[in-house]
Amino acid sequence: MENQTYNYAIVRSFVTWSIIWGLVAVLVGVIVSFQMVDPDLNFPPYLTFGRLRPIHTNAGIYGWGIGMIFATFLYMVQRLCKVPLWSDKLAKFQLWFFNATIIASAVTLLLGYTTSKEYHEMEWPIDVMVVILWVVFAINIIMTILKRKDEQMYISLWYMMAAIIAVAILYIVNAAAVPVSLFKSYSAYAGTNDANVEWWFGHNAVAMVLTAPFLAMFYYFLPKSTGVPIYSHRMSIIAFWSLIFMYLWTGAHHLLWTPVPDWIQTLAMGFSIMLIAPSWGSVFNGYLSMNGQWHQMRENYLVKFLILGITFYGLQTLQGPMQAIRTFSAFIHYTDWVPAHIHLGTMGWVSMICFASIYYLVPRIYGRELYSIPLANLHFWLILVGQLTWSISLWIAGVLQAGMWNAMNSDGSLTYTFMETMVEMYPYWWARAFGGMIYLAGLIVFIYNLYKTAKKGGAIAAQATVVEGRA
Amino acid sequence: MWERKPVLLCVLATVAIMVGTIITMVLPFAWVNTEADRIEGVTPYTALQQEGRDVYIRDGCNNCHTQTVRPLVPEVLRYGDYSKSGEFVYDRPFLWGSKRTGPDLARLGGKYPDAWHYKHMESPRSMVPKTNMPDYGWLSDNQLDPQMIQRKMDVLGFPYTTEEIKALEGKNEMDAMVAYLQKLGSDIPWREATETTIVGDLKNPFIDAGQTTISGWASLYVENCAACHGPQMEGDIGPELIGDDYDDEILFEIIYTGIADGGMPSFSNLGTDKVWKLTNYIRHYKTDGSQ
Repeated sequence: MENQTYNYAIVRSFVTWSIIWGLVAVLVGVIVSFQMVDPDLNFPPYLTFGRLRPIHTNAGIYGWGIGMIFATFLYMVQRLCKVPLWSDKLAKFQLWFFNATIIASAVTLLLGYTTSKEYHEMEWPIDVMVVILWVVFAINIIMTILKRKDEQMYISLWYMMAAIIAVAILYIVNAAAVPVSLFKSYSAYAGTNDANVEWWFGHNAVAMVLTAPFLAMFYYFLPKSTGVPIYSHRMSIIAFWSLIFMYLWTGAHHLLWTPVPDWIQTLAMGFSIMLIAPSWGSVFNGYLSMNGQWHQMRENYLVKFLILGITFYGLQTLQGPMQAIRTFSAFIHYTDWVPAHIHLGTMGWVSMICFASIYYLVPRIYGRELYSIPLANLHFWLILVGQLTWSISLWIAGVLQAGMWNAMNSDGSLTYTFMETMVEMYPYWWARAFGGMIYLAGLIVFIYNLYKTAKKGGAIAAQATVVEGRA
Repeated sequence: MWERKPVLLCVLATVAIMVGTIITMVLPFAWVNTEADRIEGVTPYTALQQEGRDVYIRDGCNNCHTQTVRPLVPEVLRYGDYSKSGEFVYDRPFLWGSKRTGPDLARLGGKYPDAWHYKHMESPRSMVPKTNMPDYGWLSDNQLDPQMIQRKMDVLGFPYTTEEIKALEGKNEMDAMVAYLQKLGSDIPWREATETTIVGDLKNPFIDAGQTTISGWASLYVENCAACHGPQMEGDIGPELIGDDYDDEILFEIIYTGIADGGMPSFSNLGTDKVWKLTNYIRHYKTDGSQ
């Protein structure tokens, strides 16, 4: 009855709170998408695009993304190590401190207390909170690993440890600032240095927050869902080392053609292209694990989410390196193409894996089967269609605007003024807002399904989790 | 192997992460913002400008506007000289941005007169009808806090005088914002360096155009000129245009090259064809008077 000692209650709490913050992120996303088509929807000083957009991004990354990382890591670490959490009290503290940090972030950003650094907008007191939160989390995970009963560590644990270390380094270095008051500080770095540090952080936040932990989830929840092991452990190891080695060189691909030294840009471009290999190592590992199991795409809704998720990861990691090439960046950077790329990753890859993980966890944390599988399928199609509508409309918009920005007359003058190119964006921005609404509808179906499950799903045998094979 | 040794695995992972970090993030500090980057004429922000910059940050202007011009032909034509590292040595934090929902602002300083900015911030759509930029007139209601600004200047180590701090009394956030925008990219004399000189004789290519043809060019005027010179050329931020009696060639030259110290921007990036059309439209409007 080892199962009894696992702490699933904390996992359930983290799942609940991340869904709440995920809903906030999507809701604010929809609001700002309407503000972009109608400036009258800005209500100064607090409810303007400039202040709400960071709340959208940070609620998504820190609330939904990191919340789910906490939920799944605290679950996986117990199962993979075959021991309960090192400290339940610490985990409980982490839960409430997490919510306090997210609420403090949202409130201060609304009040205009911001560093302006993308995905790191929170001012220094919140940085301190984030660091405390991360250290508490790291201690619990690492201590649990150290007292594990299963000596061999599964690949998911590797990704967890690497992500925990890397995020700590990235966040602290980028946070360095000199405070003027409780809510205002100036970056410790200036100009070009500041830009280089910020995008070293920014791109590797994508790597170590939005990639490595979700690969850890994928490598755990895919075999768990299909019932067959991953195709190649060796391939996952090679992909792991090359991924964590190469990612850190690529930040400056966000700064191509800027005053950042050319050689840093060139290295970033080269390593970005090389990153296709480890990224696709994981994608292939996922696909090949499905050998003989593809029928599960029809029969098992969990697999559908996971395989579509890893497919979006694959597309993301092809499109990303393409954008990291100087010539292509010259054309496409600063247009709406870029948010379309990001949302392919966040709404496609990251969220799909989160949804799959939650569906997998439902019977374990609620002690009941999911209320409705047809609703889970509806959820799947709504978020898929919503995401594709979102991204495809903005890819078209990006190419269109880039083309217009670059169009020149035979006398060497520009064909279009900036405003002539901007007004062309409106139909696509409407389409994007519409895509966001479809996605939001999908999320609401998902939440309704979980709510019904928690309320009155059919109870299942409590031992179900015990009889499963090794992690 | 490390599969059984978590501490060793953590150490090795840290090493893997630090290699790229040290080379591409730590090492550049040896070159960037050193003497080699220094550009003559680049000065720290004044107290008023710095406060404007902080308002720009507070209200998230960087979410829609970038501040780096890339060394690419269409970009330099549209915005001005490309950005250089040494121009940003006093920027804490950097504000290069990542998305151009609105235009780049790196070379905005000196492009328009102050009055343009006040009017535009108050109501962007009164000048650019189809823009999605929100109104920022409310900035005028917020008085500056000279004591706080002085503290900021101390932390940044920027020079200031007591008179300068005293002068902030009674000023508002809009004044600070405009002062900041007027500083952007104007520390180096790039406008003078790229000033257009017209070589050879100018000849109006539309001298024989009829009134209906010329009336068809009204949209060019509305989009490019009306915000400052008024929809009826009655004048507003810029002077009234009716009654001016410049020759075609002189009018063309004014529109094409601008008047650097008079607040009139250059419209050379419209191309000669459109500038000639504007010239004819304005001339025609003036002589006709009743259009």
